[in-house]
Amino acid sequence: MSVELLGGRILAPYFGSSIYVWGSIISVFMLSLSAGYLIGGRLSLNRPDLVRYGCFFMFAALTLVPTVLFGNGMMDAVFLQIEDPRYGSLVASTLLFFLPVAMLGMIAPYSVRLLVVSSHHSGQVAGLLYFVSTLGSALGTLMTSFYFVLWFEVNQILLTMVATLMTAGAASILYAKLVVR
Amino acid sequence: MRAILLILLVCLAALANAERVIHKEKSLYRNIEVKESNNRRCLVFAMRRRDRNQTCINLSHPDRVVFPYARMTFAGLILNPEPESILIIGLGGGTLPTVISKLFPEAIIDVVEIDEAILRVAKQFFNFVESEKVKVIVQDARVYIKRAGIRKQKYDLIILDAFTGDYIPEHLMTVEFLQEVKSIMSDRGVLVANTFSTSKLYDHESVTYQRVFGDFFNFKMPGTANRVIVATGKPLAPKKLIQDRANRLSGKMTRYGVNIDDFPRYMKRGKDWNEKERPLTDQYSPANLLRGE
Repeated sequence: MSVELLGGRILAPYFGSSIYVWGSIISVFMLSLSAGYLIGGRLSLNRPDLVRYGCFFMFAALTLVPTVLFGNGMMDAVFLQIEDPRYGSLVASTLLFFLPVAMLGMIAPYSVRLLVVSSHHSGQVAGLLYFVSTLGSALGTLMTSFYFVLWFEVNQILLTMVATLMTAGAASILYAKLVVR
Repeated sequence: MRAILLILLVCLAALANAERVIHKEKSLYRNIEVKESNNRRCLVFAMRRRDRNQTCINLSHPDRVVFPYARMTFAGLILNPEPESILIIGLGGGTLPTVISKLFPEAIIDVVEIDEAILRVAKQFFNFVESEKVKVIVQDARVYIKRAGIRKQKYDLIILDAFTGDYIPEHLMTVEFLQEVKSIMSDRGVLVANTFSTSKLYDHESVTYQRVFGDFFNFKMPGTANRVIVATGKPLAPKKLIQDRANRLSGKMTRYGVNIDDFPRYMKRGKDWNEKERPLTDQYSPANLLRGE
């Protein structure tokens, strides 16, 4: 959600802040999340483990890096190619956000698979995960829109997220290597 | 008991001063109202706490520019008395393009307005007319200016009047945006920006303009809370020249209620802001939050 909010910031210099820019961003985020859920769920069938789980975090972090580094270049290109800011913003937000957000979407169903021990508790685990992730989204939204944009630059916030995701991924992989074995 | 009486009195007073709402609509971006009272018709962006008049016209003297800040906008003419191409960001009731097209019938005037509903209302209630010379483009200003830059279009006078609503379009107040604006200014181009005079935003915004244009005229008049920035990106014209030009313009400006010969002494060259503040950029532009501080 924090990335989604910043998405508005990132696109505004090229496509304005008209209502359709927000429409593009929200649609792309929903689409990429849904794709991520589907793929994450599918992958969880195949001998799920914490190493692979950690890799999802790592990949999400890595796919955010080009958004930070080459975002303006990409938007320049889109801006020149597409006159209509509706489709311009739709294409740009797809290029910038589809991959990282889809990767983040894969985490949720995979977490369910890793945490569920019995089908009896599956509903409870899913509920807990929804709780944590939605609460996190709410806090991320609040902190980003109320304070982070006042204290930091957009790219600083994004890079902090990259670092956080990397750390989470590394922690998961280390845990798998050291403890589980 | 006394309280009730007081409330009744207040209500009565309000009724006596009644404004009639003659049009109301919800657009994609805001609530729009057109109100009329005592010979005045105003375009209002309705809000709960305090309504803010966007444009008013005086029904018995339709040529008169009602708002001080709108009058202050004409200071740009002092620095370029004969603009041939003019860009206005923010239509409102259309007072500025209407008056400017009367002043310069030959000039090309492009107006960029994000909200289609405003254009309709301006035409229907504020006698705004589009013509061969006066065109309105319904688009986000940032997008329009970026494209104009690619087309290598140039303007002699650019009026930035997009900051009168309750929410500041933050992408229109950054170093990058102002550089794009500067790139579409002709050699004798002038930028006039109606901006904020209070809160921390004043410092940040001043620093931002300074960064892009260097020194500018900081124009504040007594009796209004507005600050108008007049920038050319060139060394500031000497005082005497400014006053002479203003005097020469004053004849044709009086019928619009603009005392332009008064302006030069309020067009300050000094920097009365904190120069250490951070300029606003596309990366850092919390203008709406800064206004609250």
